[in-house]
Order: sequence, then structure tokens, then C-alpha cells
Amino acid sequence: MKRKGIISILLCFVVLLLSPDITVKAKQAPYTYVYDYWIDARESPDAYEAVFYVTGDDLGVGDFKDPMGMYAKDDHIYICDTGNNRIVVVKRDGDQFTAVDVISEFTGDSEVLTFNSPQDIFVADNGDYYICDTNNQRVVHLNSEKQLVKLLTKPVDETVDQNSDFLPTKAVADVAGRVYVLAKNYNKGFVQYHSDGSFVGFIGASEAKFNLVDYLWKMIATKEQKARMVQFVPTEYSNVALDKDGFIYCTTMTFDRWELLTTAKPIRKLNAQGTDILVKNGWEPPVGDLDWQDAAGYNGPSRFIDITVLDNDIYLALDMTRSRIFAYDEQGNLLYAFGGVGNRLGYMLGPVAIDHLGYDLVVLDQRTQAFTVFTLTEYGKLINSALDEYKKGNYDKSAEYWQQVLRLNGNYDLAYTGIGRSLFRQKRYKEAMEYFEFSKERKHYSKAFQLYRKEWIEENIGWIVAIFLALIVVPNLVEFIKRIKREVDRA
Amino acid sequence: MPAFLNKEKLQHVGKTLRYSLYVCTHPLDGYWDLTHEKRGSVAAANIIIILALLTTLLSYQYGNPMIYGFVQLQYFNVYRVIAGFLAPIFIGTLANWGLTTLFDGKGTMKDVYMAIGYAFTPYVIINLPCIFISNVLTIEEGAFIYYASSVSSVWMGVLIVSAVMQIHDYTITKTILTLIATAVGMLLIVFVLLLFFSLISDAAAYFISMYKEISYRFY
Repeated sequence: MKRKGIISILLCFVVLLLSPDITVKAKQAPYTYVYDYWIDARESPDAYEAVFYVTGDDLGVGDFKDPMGMYAKDDHIYICDTGNNRIVVVKRDGDQFTAVDVISEFTGDSEVLTFNSPQDIFVADNGDYYICDTNNQRVVHLNSEKQLVKLLTKPVDETVDQNSDFLPTKAVADVAGRVYVLAKNYNKGFVQYHSDGSFVGFIGASEAKFNLVDYLWKMIATKEQKARMVQFVPTEYSNVALDKDGFIYCTTMTFDRWELLTTAKPIRKLNAQGTDILVKNGWEPPVGDLDWQDAAGYNGPSRFIDITVLDNDIYLALDMTRSRIFAYDEQGNLLYAFGGVGNRLGYMLGPVAIDHLGYDLVVLDQRTQAFTVFTLTEYGKLINSALDEYKKGNYDKSAEYWQQVLRLNGNYDLAYTGIGRSLFRQKRYKEAMEYFEFSKERKHYSKAFQLYRKEWIEENIGWIVAIFLALIVVPNLVEFIKRIKREVDRA
Repeated sequence: MPAFLNKEKLQHVGKTLRYSLYVCTHPLDGYWDLTHEKRGSVAAANIIIILALLTTLLSYQYGNPMIYGFVQLQYFNVYRVIAGFLAPIFIGTLANWGLTTLFDGKGTMKDVYMAIGYAFTPYVIINLPCIFISNVLTIEEGAFIYYASSVSSVWMGVLIVSAVMQIHDYTITKTILTLIATAVGMLLIVFVLLLFFSLISDAAAYFISMYKEISYRFY
């Protein structure tokens, strides 16, 4: 009997092992996707599609060499051709791209000056150029006629080490002419200059990070080991952009992966005081990829290298890890993510800069030395219209657009929420609840449910009272009558 | 009518089942009489555990998902939920019995199982109605459900402590030490089970691969 049991157990294992192995194939990441409530990447129709791929040779100015910075304004694209020490100005005319200007030198106070590895360019509304002339350790301010206005050099301040190099990598200027410069190895935030070129101070420094593990190590480390350890330094920004209201959007790549959802804040929106005021009302904060699917050498969280803010407050961040672009709305909801590493049109190898021409996107690729232009598809346009109408207060019109979005993508949670809100405003609580349940918006659902419950009780109060009476009063009454009957009988 | 369904036995089960209500309101007295006066039965304990299991399952099916949390249906496995509920009960019974027999415990394995079964009474009484009430509550009011289930957990804890105390005739310190040791014992049992299964499957894999090699050789 005992032996039989052992044999049957062994047989079970044999059967298990003989059954065919299930091979699980890694799903190929879709080109465009959104994350759902469960942090699963759901394939979505393309919101942007790549339409043009332009190299320097196509423009007739010779190939770019390691281009690192780009700015786009109106219909002009300004490319910082770092390796060739020049700025190429490209004019877009429909589907024609022509190089209209090549800036490689400018007239200083007396002599003609050139650039040395310029890494970024910014063009103000009045046409002034701000060029990070990185290896010459200065930011060059030219007016629209390309005449030198001023040179911004290493800030003279007691907090700045005068022996270290000043390597400006990114620059922006606000409407008042104040310039914000991002310099390599400066970790106090942005270097801020007054419009007359004088140094104002630093802005937007993030708090120094304290790491308990590092602290414990330091307690037991020797002096030499300590010297080799990285200091407690605040994060350094990787790029900067201005939105239409003059707020600074910046990105950072220096954080540990476990801080991603809490203290990392890879995308920040700074106000004039330099504090982060980015709205984070989405399921998760805007951090790029949530499901990393580490494979094929592409590991870890998204590392944003550039950001651009459209006029309708949608911001798009460029991820260096997987060459993807993440679009978020004003509230911090992920609208769509797209892109990937590759050689095909719409894929990138070494993206370094993103900017926008109206609603079109321009992405500069350092490895392929070309820029790609993306345009909105029907789907992307519908999402934009829905968001715009909502912002204007036309909730019902916004819901109509969301309906059309749903026709193209049934997995789009934001659309369900949008329709639910509109139904809620029309006091159609029951239907609103249905839509909020689809998008798992618990707060909104609860509010709709509360009002629906109230309505239901008001409608059915007659029945409720009747049933209450039937349950409580009638048995008592029957008892009472019976008792009287008994009394009468006894009498 | 099958023999085990005769009237007397059914009445006995009914009586012992009703006794669970007395146990959860008078834990010390109740658990003493449960085994020493034979006022409980394994059948009743089985029924209570099945009801508790049903409560767990129904909360997934009929509970308000806004309060109970959403379920990812494509990954939901009802058998895993059942196993996850029953396995701790059986392993706990085994570990507690194994320990207490070594340390002067008076209870048999049957007693321990019965005691754990009866301890689930407040879980059923409180959580079963909550599932249906949750459907007419908003999220803010859902805190009520949360408090109710917390109360039921604390109540269960009190019942289990007094059960071990009365069944094995222990002092309170010894009871608490035994319970901690039981938890460790449960982990040990799980570890040994895993070890056993992985060894067996390795051994089986060896013979299977040998069979495959030989069959390839002569094929």
C-alpha cells in the first residue's frame, strides 16, 4: 500500500516532466502605447508618425558631425552642428527643407570670432540668438542681425571655483532677457544672468541627496576610499525648455532607480523661485517607462535627455535609454509613448534633442547625424482637440472627441474618464458610473454613485417606507389584534 | 438516505454549530467546554471553514471593487485563492499539534483543527454581510468595511490565543511562545515541502533524461 503511494507520486512527476515545455516568447514592444491601470503597456494607434528624415547632406551643407543641440521656432530649425563648429538654420516650407543660413563666425568688438564645439542654441522671440559656445567657455548673445550683443562668461562669485572650467551646455532666455544657463559640473541649478549680462545667482537647485548606505560605508571607509567616493551632490539637470508662459521645464538623469516614483522627479517645472510645480495627477508621476522589460542591453528606467512643451501645455520628453518619446498632458497623465531604437524611419539610435514646430515634432539624432520630423495623425489630433475643448470648458464637445478617440483605441482610459465627466455634468450618474468604472477612476465613481444613490432613494422613498411598515408595523398589529381576540374570547 | 445523514447526527452538528456563537462570545469558557465537554464537532468546524472560504471568494465576486480593490481577471486563479486560504489552516494545525505534543499539550490534532475552525466564526459573521453592504457604500464610507474587517481580525486573534490556551491547558506566556514557535514551524514545513518536491522532481528528471538518451541511441 505504501509503495503504491510512492510510485503514484513518482508517476505524477513523470507525467509533468514529459508534457511539452511552454516557451514564452518576449512580446515585441509596440511602436505606440499607453499604460493602463495595471501598468501593462497597451498598444495604441500611432499618435505621431515620422514623415521626414533629413541629413546635412540633403540640405546641401555637408553632413552634420555630432550635432548636440537644436531649437525650433515658427518654421525655422536651428541645428547646433557641434563637430563642425557651426549653426545650421533650416527653413521648413511644407515638405521642403532648405538650409537658409550657416553661422560659423560672428564679429566681436574688433575681430572675427568663431565657435568651439557649440552645444546648444536658443532663439528668443525678438530673433536674438543665445549660443552655448561650450569649449570657449562662454554663451554668445547675438542679435537677429548676427551682431554680437554680449558674451556671458564664468560667473564671478565666491561660490564658484574660479580655477574650474565653465562649460555651458544648454541655455534659454525669458522674455525679459534673463538667461538661464546649464553648465557642466555646476550642481547648484541654473546659472542665471541678468539681461545686461551680470551674474544673478543660481536657481532651481535640488536638495542634496542623503543615502544611508553610503553614510554607513563612509563610517568604516579609510581616508583614501572616502576621497574616491562620490560626494553627496545634488542632481544635475540634463536639459531645459521654456513653455509659452515662461516656466522652465527641465529634465534630470541623475537618480537611483528605486527613487524613480518618489524623489527622483525626472521631469520638473520650475517657477520663478526655482521650486518644482509640476502637476502629478496621473496614476503614476511622469517618469517615462513603468514596465522596463529589461532586454537586449536596454535596461533600467527612462533617462530623459530633452523636453519640449507644446502650446497646449502637452509636454513631450525624449528618453535616451530606449529612444522613446513620452507625451504627458498638463495634469501629468501619459497620453502616449512612441518610438524605439532602430534604423527605420521613426526609430532613433542616439536621440539628443527634441523640439516642436507648431504641433509637429523635430528630433535630432546624434548617431545618425540627422533630424526626423513627426506629424500628428488623426488619432493624435483627436486627443489634442478633446484636451483643448476640456480646457476651454466645453465638456460636452470634449466628450464627443473622446468618443471618436475610443473608436480608434478602446483601451484609452483618459477617454472613458472624459466621457464620464461629461455625463456626470449632465446628471446622468448611472452612465457616468459605468464609464468611471472602465477607467477605474475611484474618486469620480464614488461621487457619481453618491448622487445616484440619493436620486434612487428619493424616487423610491414610497416603497422603502411601505416595506418598512410591512416588516415592523404589520406583525405588531397582527399580534395586537390576536391579543384583543384572546381577551374577548376569555371574557 | 445515506447513513451519515441520520437525524441524530444532523441534530448534533446543528447543536455544535450553534455552539460556535457561544465560543466567540465566551472564548475561555467556550474553548474549555469545546473539547473537554465534547460540545464541538469536526463537522461544524468544517462547515465554518467552508463558509469562511466562501466569504473570501464572494468578496471577489460580489464585493464593491471600488472598496475591495480591482481584480485582474486574466491572472485570477480561483484554485490558487482556495489553496492560499486552506493551506495555512492545515499547515498551522500540523505545526501547532507537532509542537504542543512535545511540550505537554493536552489537545489532539482533531482538537487543534476544531479550535482553528471555530475561531473563524467572527470572520464569517462580520465579513459576509459587509460584502453586500459594500455595494451601497461610497469609497469614503468604505472605511466602515475596513474597520469592520479589522475588528474581525482582532477578534479572531483573541479566539486563537484563548483556543491554544484552553485546549492545551497552557498559561498565557506559554501560549504566546507556542504561537510564535508555531509560525516558525509553519515556515519550516513549507521549506521542507519545497525541498522534497524539488528533490523528487530532480530525481525524476534524471531518469527521464536517461530514458530519452537511451531511446535516441536506439531510434
